[in-house]
Amino acid sequence: MIRFDAATKRYPDGTVAVDQLTLEAPSGAITVLVGPSGCGKTTSLRMVNRMIEPTSGTVWLDDTDTASLPAHELRRRIGYVIQNAGLFPHRTVLDNVATVPLLLGEDRRRARASALELVERVGLDPALAKRYPAQLSGGQQQRVGVARALAADPPVMLMDEPFSAVDPVVREQLQDEFLRLQGELGKTIVFVTHDIDEAIKLGDQVAVLRVGGTLAQLATPAELLARPIDAFVAGFVGRDRGYRALAFAHGRNLPVREEPTVAVGSSHPGSAAGLAGWILAVDAERRPQGWLPTADELDETVTDSRLHRGGTLATQGGALRSALDACLSSPSGRGVVVDDDGRLLGSVTAREVLELIEERER
Amino acid sequence: MIGSVLGWLLDPEHWRSTPFDTGIWAQLGAHVGFTLIALAIAVLLALPAGLVIGHTGRGSWLVSAANAVRALPTVGVLVLLVVVISPHFYGRTNAGFLIPTEIVLVVLAVPPILSNAYAGVQNVPPQVRDAAFGMGMTGPQVLGRVELPNALPLIFSGFRSAMLQVIATATIASYVTLGGLGRFIYDGLAQKDYPQMIGGAVLVAALALISDLLVALVQRYAVSRGVSRRFRTDTGPDSRTAVLVEEDVR
Repeated sequence: MIRFDAATKRYPDGTVAVDQLTLEAPSGAITVLVGPSGCGKTTSLRMVNRMIEPTSGTVWLDDTDTASLPAHELRRRIGYVIQNAGLFPHRTVLDNVATVPLLLGEDRRRARASALELVERVGLDPALAKRYPAQLSGGQQQRVGVARALAADPPVMLMDEPFSAVDPVVREQLQDEFLRLQGELGKTIVFVTHDIDEAIKLGDQVAVLRVGGTLAQLATPAELLARPIDAFVAGFVGRDRGYRALAFAHGRNLPVREEPTVAVGSSHPGSAAGLAGWILAVDAERRPQGWLPTADELDETVTDSRLHRGGTLATQGGALRSALDACLSSPSGRGVVVDDDGRLLGSVTAREVLELIEERER
Repeated sequence: MIGSVLGWLLDPEHWRSTPFDTGIWAQLGAHVGFTLIALAIAVLLALPAGLVIGHTGRGSWLVSAANAVRALPTVGVLVLLVVVISPHFYGRTNAGFLIPTEIVLVVLAVPPILSNAYAGVQNVPPQVRDAAFGMGMTGPQVLGRVELPNALPLIFSGFRSAMLQVIATATIASYVTLGGLGRFIYDGLAQKDYPQMIGGAVLVAALALISDLLVALVQRYAVSRGVSRRFRTDTGPDSRTAVLVEEDVR
């Protein structure tokens, strides 16, 4: 547990970066600090490991006043991930990851052995362990940064915009793996971002800060979308709040209907007769591949290039947002639903999903 | 001319010392001696100072001051120091000449070592320094384990330029009666023995080149490949461009 108790940072020139921040980041959960630039989110984060010393107020780490320890000892107990990773250019990936255990006096061989395990754990090829940071992509460096922060197995992690310097596709992968990892490790995490979507995706709770370093609202992501406390928060949380809130609504009982299919590579999708417009093509494992227009010559082989791939997939038990999106993006109007292994279960229509949305209690 | 210079250099008699004459080997040894003493003192003074100034960001005026000292005319300072210092030494010692010479050489060697050590530490990317503190390193650990290894390319290039300057300038030891390769240059000039004079100059140049090559070799092993970007795969610029980049930084 991390607790800010009226923590304030005032600079000698009178600027107040953080003003009387009182906030608790509960154990085992991700608390996201989000806000526009100048809201003091990074300053707040850095007050936890005393990279910035609070002018007044206290930051508690469980029952320890963080000011009561020497700064370097405090920091060795706290995992720290920064933007652009900040890896040590002169050390290999392995030695970067082993940094804190070595500082804590662990012997080199053991530190390296556990570092290698961590490299794999964050989803990196162990062959990269002998490389230097300059030989890695931005996304790989960021994974090493996370592994380095985890190396001494600290109960608490601070993450300062760790995913903001990579491209959107890699960012999404990193976010998903971060959530998977957190599912396994259950660390107490304070995460700073300026990206409200990232905050909503990753946070167990989200603290929205406003310029001048005051707390505007502390809430779960669903609450934040449903009930922003004032115009600033509403504006910051942004548009499409109703639709985005569906990401937290789960459709455990999607009324899935059986969907006729053709196999990719087959030459005569006979069962297509009678279906309006489109028929779903699947591979040998019954994984949906795309939609085939039934107006096409049916006795021609079903090849990849003839498929319409616009439709997204929904998973049974997944969020209603993705179920609705599957319907809206499908050329046939029927949203494809798959199981956890990506195999076809059937389809739903937008009307059916909307009924579920209306049924669920607000 | 080239023939007679080669003739002078290749004559084995010139390399051996006799009771009346000091040979090339002995003068080479003396030259290397002056150089090593000057470089050792300069490194002991300038390297820690440059590292600490770079680390703390305090006292950078010292770097500018040291660089300003570069403008002093070397021979003038040497003569002045000899006039001031040598009267304090009598008898068989040549300390009255050696001390002024070493002071002059140290003054030459300090600025490049100091300013490159300083710049090397200052050029460590701020997020790297931030991460080092954030991982829980103490100030001296950040300096020794992160800033120093990353500053090494610049430190080496400062040392190399100091070394070249000291080797070239150590010839002036002979101007104040000491030995060294400068002996051949001054004697050759005085005796209008131009093959000897040019031969001496060639020896100084050769010594400078070979020393630089040796230090380059040490640098290759001392600097992490992650910093010099000398990777087996060609993901980074090769070592030649890396050297150019270093020079630019300076």
